[in-house]
Amino acid sequence: MHLYIAKRVAALVPILFGLTLIVFFIMALIPGDPALAILGAYATPDNVARLNAQLGLDQPLPVQYVTWLTNLLQGDLGRSYSLNRPVLDEVLERFSATAILAGAALVLCTIFGLLAGIVSAVRQYGLADKAVTLAVLVGISMPSFWLGLLLILLFAVELRWLPASGMYAIYGGGDLPDLLRHLILPAVTLAAVATGVVARLTRSAMLEVLRQDYIRTARAKGLPERRVIYVHAFKAALVSIIPVIGIQAGFVLGGAVYIETVFQWPGIGRMLVQAISTRDILLVQGGVLVVAASYVLINLLVDVLQSLVDPRVKT
Amino acid sequence: MTGERGMTGAAETRPILETSGLGKTFGGARRLLGGRAPTVQAVRDVTLSVAPGETLGIVGESGCGKSTLARMLVGLVPPSQGRITLEGKTLGEATKAGPRAFGRTIQYVFQDPASALNPRKTIRRILEAPLVHLLEADAPARERRVAELMDLVSLRPEFLERYPHEFSGGQAQRIGIARALAAEPRILVLDEPVSALDVSIQAQVLNLLSDLRARLGLTYLFISHDLAVVEAIAERVAVMYFGRVVETGPVEDVFRAPRHPYTRLLLSSAPTIGARAAAADAPQAELPDPTRPPPGCAFAGRCPNVRDDCRTSPPPLVPMGPGRAAACIHPLPADDADVPA
Amino acid sequence: MKPAAAPAPVEAPVDALDAPPRKRERRSFLRLLLRNRLAGVGLVVLSAIVAVAILAPILPLADPNATAPANRLLPPLTPGHLLGTDELGRDLLSRLVWGTRLSLSMGVAATLVAALVGSTIGLVAGYAGGRLDNALMRSIDMLMAFPYILLALAIVAVLGPGLLNALYAVAVVNIPFFARNIRGVTVGLAHKDFVESARLAGMGHGRILVSEILPNVMPVIVITMSTTVGWMILETAGLSFLGLGSQPPQADLGSILGEGRKVMLTAPHVTTIAGVTIFLVVMSINLVGDGVRDALDPRLSAGALARPSAVTRIARPKSEGADAAAAPTGDHALAVRRLSTRFEIGARVLRAVEDVSFTIRRGECLGLVGESGSGKSVTALSLLGLVPSPPGVIRSGRVWRAGEDVLSLPREKLRALRGGRVSYIFQDPLGTLHPLFSVGDQLVEAIRAHRPASHAEAWTQAVALLERVRIPAAADRAEALPHELSGGMRQRVAIAMALANEPDLIIADEPTTALDVTVQAQILALLDELRREHGLALLFITHDFGVVSQLCDRVAVMYAGRIVEEGPTAEVLAAPAHPYTRRLIACVPILGSGRRALDAIPGLPPAVDALPDGCAFAPRCPRATGACREGEIPPISVADGRAARCLYAGEVMREAREGSAA
Repeated sequence: MHLYIAKRVAALVPILFGLTLIVFFIMALIPGDPALAILGAYATPDNVARLNAQLGLDQPLPVQYVTWLTNLLQGDLGRSYSLNRPVLDEVLERFSATAILAGAALVLCTIFGLLAGIVSAVRQYGLADKAVTLAVLVGISMPSFWLGLLLILLFAVELRWLPASGMYAIYGGGDLPDLLRHLILPAVTLAAVATGVVARLTRSAMLEVLRQDYIRTARAKGLPERRVIYVHAFKAALVSIIPVIGIQAGFVLGGAVYIETVFQWPGIGRMLVQAISTRDILLVQGGVLVVAASYVLINLLVDVLQSLVDPRVKT
Repeated sequence: MTGERGMTGAAETRPILETSGLGKTFGGARRLLGGRAPTVQAVRDVTLSVAPGETLGIVGESGCGKSTLARMLVGLVPPSQGRITLEGKTLGEATKAGPRAFGRTIQYVFQDPASALNPRKTIRRILEAPLVHLLEADAPARERRVAELMDLVSLRPEFLERYPHEFSGGQAQRIGIARALAAEPRILVLDEPVSALDVSIQAQVLNLLSDLRARLGLTYLFISHDLAVVEAIAERVAVMYFGRVVETGPVEDVFRAPRHPYTRLLLSSAPTIGARAAAADAPQAELPDPTRPPPGCAFAGRCPNVRDDCRTSPPPLVPMGPGRAAACIHPLPADDADVPA
Repeated sequence: MKPAAAPAPVEAPVDALDAPPRKRERRSFLRLLLRNRLAGVGLVVLSAIVAVAILAPILPLADPNATAPANRLLPPLTPGHLLGTDELGRDLLSRLVWGTRLSLSMGVAATLVAALVGSTIGLVAGYAGGRLDNALMRSIDMLMAFPYILLALAIVAVLGPGLLNALYAVAVVNIPFFARNIRGVTVGLAHKDFVESARLAGMGHGRILVSEILPNVMPVIVITMSTTVGWMILETAGLSFLGLGSQPPQADLGSILGEGRKVMLTAPHVTTIAGVTIFLVVMSINLVGDGVRDALDPRLSAGALARPSAVTRIARPKSEGADAAAAPTGDHALAVRRLSTRFEIGARVLRAVEDVSFTIRRGECLGLVGESGSGKSVTALSLLGLVPSPPGVIRSGRVWRAGEDVLSLPREKLRALRGGRVSYIFQDPLGTLHPLFSVGDQLVEAIRAHRPASHAEAWTQAVALLERVRIPAAADRAEALPHELSGGMRQRVAIAMALANEPDLIIADEPTTALDVTVQAQILALLDELRREHGLALLFITHDFGVVSQLCDRVAVMYAGRIVEEGPTAEVLAAPAHPYTRRLIACVPILGSGRRALDAIPGLPPAVDALPDGCAFAPRCPRATGACREGEIPPISVADGRAARCLYAGEVMREAREGSAA
């Protein structure tokens, strides 16, 4: 087991290295002169050249990459010109907000997706199954950004139960209950699609497993039906469900972009959208890198979890 | 090729197919982080020769390498060692000669007839493929040949426009045989051609094969795990164990008085009508780990006659009586006339 | 079409020189699609939307970009502006139609690009294998290391906001999805026998890829496209919503929604109308996509994914004949009376088991022999209600044990019987043991399902059981997962499991068919020994007369769902009384009889959904007369303890005894 984890961690190194390469070179491909964008109206040829030298942009790309990577390893992602603060500080602050939102959504979609999927498989063609199937269909066809707007109109504007935007109340906020109140609407919105996907997959995985010969064996040896379904079938189904939950982690991390925009959540997605429109390249670079790296770590966790359920993958 | 064909008339007794020192090693690829994947030698040092018009049965249990051997003979798997000689022409000497080089002389019939036919092609297109690519026949010639083939395997010509899934197992196997015969090969490698079929259909297909061999003067390599089927159709037999040929000879002689203890075990294990079940050998007897083969005879672990010298080096295949050979240092007595039941 | 786990009752393996292939109804794709009613609804909605989008240029619509500040934010149903106007006074209906047109074409274009590039990568990687596969898939993995939408954002950041760039971004992030799916399918196909036979036919790699593999991969590509196009429309709309996609004045549905958001509180109709439209488009596409998937993936159709219930559905007539309804007397382990099991799939009724009766005495071994599709396995599963339903139904009959009808027992008592007094051994021990539990744990479960024991106690018993079936180093092997054991060892585990609760009857369904002959001999010897040691009764299902002859005291032969002959093994084998038994025995090559032509049975067994009147074997029987083709043919007793369903049973048996016409 430990050996397996050690191997998987070792395999992370090339992936993370590849990520830095991709992120760096994608950003290097961006047309236009960043110095021009920064200086704006003050751009004279002299100024531009001086700024380029200052930013190291007059060097060949590989040299720029090595410099960038060295700085990165020392925790220096450069300085955002639009916010005038270190990229790393901004990115980490924003990322923690996103992590709260995405984490909450992931927990919601896992719990409700699994429950709905199991109920729907066990009561196949029953009323519950039909209701779940319909809800899933609506969930995965609904644009999340519109769902967010609808929820705001209903729960914040009409009913005034929950706040419409932000992470904390401006006056007197800041404690945990306040955060949770702000979290409910965006987390639910973000989880809607992912819950549908997980429920759908859980249902079909359970149905697939329940047809296997070893389920017949379990019944033939006289196990109670509860044990057949919730132990034998569910454990086998988890083998195909866990990777999908890993993929959902990617969806909620990415999908947070819309939700943060709709709910004014101060996360990294909204930061990225703003950075793209202001062409703050270093900020985009840092943001993309941190989110991608966190996703790589999530995938590692998923793999380890998978190996706990299915000992066959360790070999 | 044409020159060779001309010569065969003069020397008809010369083997039509020979292998010498044929072997196949799988695995051993370099890994990303250094080191090599474990290697498995599926076939080792197989030297065989088959006379024209003869049927050689190859028997053995799963994992003995008989299918890999068959695939090498038709060029589907490139051999790692040794060479294959077809009609006096040497092929596959560590070369990458693909099935194209073999296809006009030697063809292959698969075990599972359903999976050997492309589900999205009509029978006509399946039968025409070798005519187009191996013989480069024109449309009227193809039309003629396809009709001829259907007649050979006793299927009605109107089935040509149907798709494989519409046929039963036995019919699909007939189509597989027709496809193999399309390019007029002289040798057929039949890889367990009836083991996926029910017994009543198995008999039909075996009889068809015997009939075709007589009519077309074909040579067969008939691979099977079923000794009774091999006995019914083959003249000579080669018994394989753990990648090697451990015994060869005329079917009758080998089955009546096996010299290799493994052959005897196989014969006594086959369930026969009228016999009581008896424990054949110890339950821990299993194939050795193919990634770490034992230094001596691979059968030593299960052999009732094993002695110390069996475990030092693999015993070579040595001649034992007329047309027979066995790879055993302490063979069973030649006069052991009765197969223990 | 096959009911799960039932041994191919639909297509009995048939063969004949002349028998035409079974004509199968070739249903049109559209009809298959419309079998899913929701897909039909989706298709109607989608067709309407697409028609309007295509006709947009010729529809009498206002200019979507003509601003009229005086008319800003008019509510829906305003004369001249059916859906009202937006904050610049532009006609919403017109903008919506043009926006839908744009969104649809963007989604479809992105799907086509992703499908083309991704499928090509997947096909090449899957077929080539080795290093090329590795290199291509590592790159794909790298793309997938980015969360989906984030990658699209990064691409838009590089290319700059804009409609086309958003399209590229969405297409690129979906390439891995196609590449992985298609590669998976291709890898499975690349080593299929039909690809190798194409190589043997002299075809080159390029040609094989295009003409052999692609047609088989195409359905998967289409399924993947139809299930992702909805996503891609959502994603492009999403980018436009963020202002990174279509740029003003051009507007797709996403940007209409994005613009409407600014005036959401004063004029909610703008966002609502755009949102509902996106929702309808995507949902109708998803519905059609599901329909396409069901129509193209035969595994999912015909309720194949139906969940088998814990006990077979039993629907017997209220009053049955006296011979079935009364408990049989005598000393038996199990007595089956007039059992009929059917698979009911829509209007088709497959009579897998019809009117089957037999008795297993205490300590006796009864062999049930037949070819595939004869109903022998369904019979075995019916005894304790293990036939999957749907589609299986037990339509009549009784299974008597200890004075009770097993099929009338309440669930809990039936459960206690399963694996308790009566246990099963199945054919393929890899598929029939749970892959994720150690064999020891699976044994422990079997023990604890029937008697109270702590885990430790049960574990000790489990190891003892493994020793009893002669597994070497049993204590270590108990920790192993099924895939870590050889086939023979796994079957020993299955036998140990069957023995766990000291049963008095074991039902063994082809337990040695998947094994090599030397291993088969070991397993048969073990079963025989255990049976004698414990005085167990054994119902042994097989297709192999050799095995029957070695193991069984009596034998019953099945054909087309019925037992056609029954009697003591040695007598039946020596002088069969049914022509089918006789011809079947003659087909089997016997070791020691030399090279020869084998007897074959001409013709083909009937399909169990179209059984002929009278004897099902009559069409293949040389002896059949007019009388054989009408009415029920009951078992006719020919000797003490022997019966056959043949009008000429006595004659057939006498002939066989005299050895005429061998």
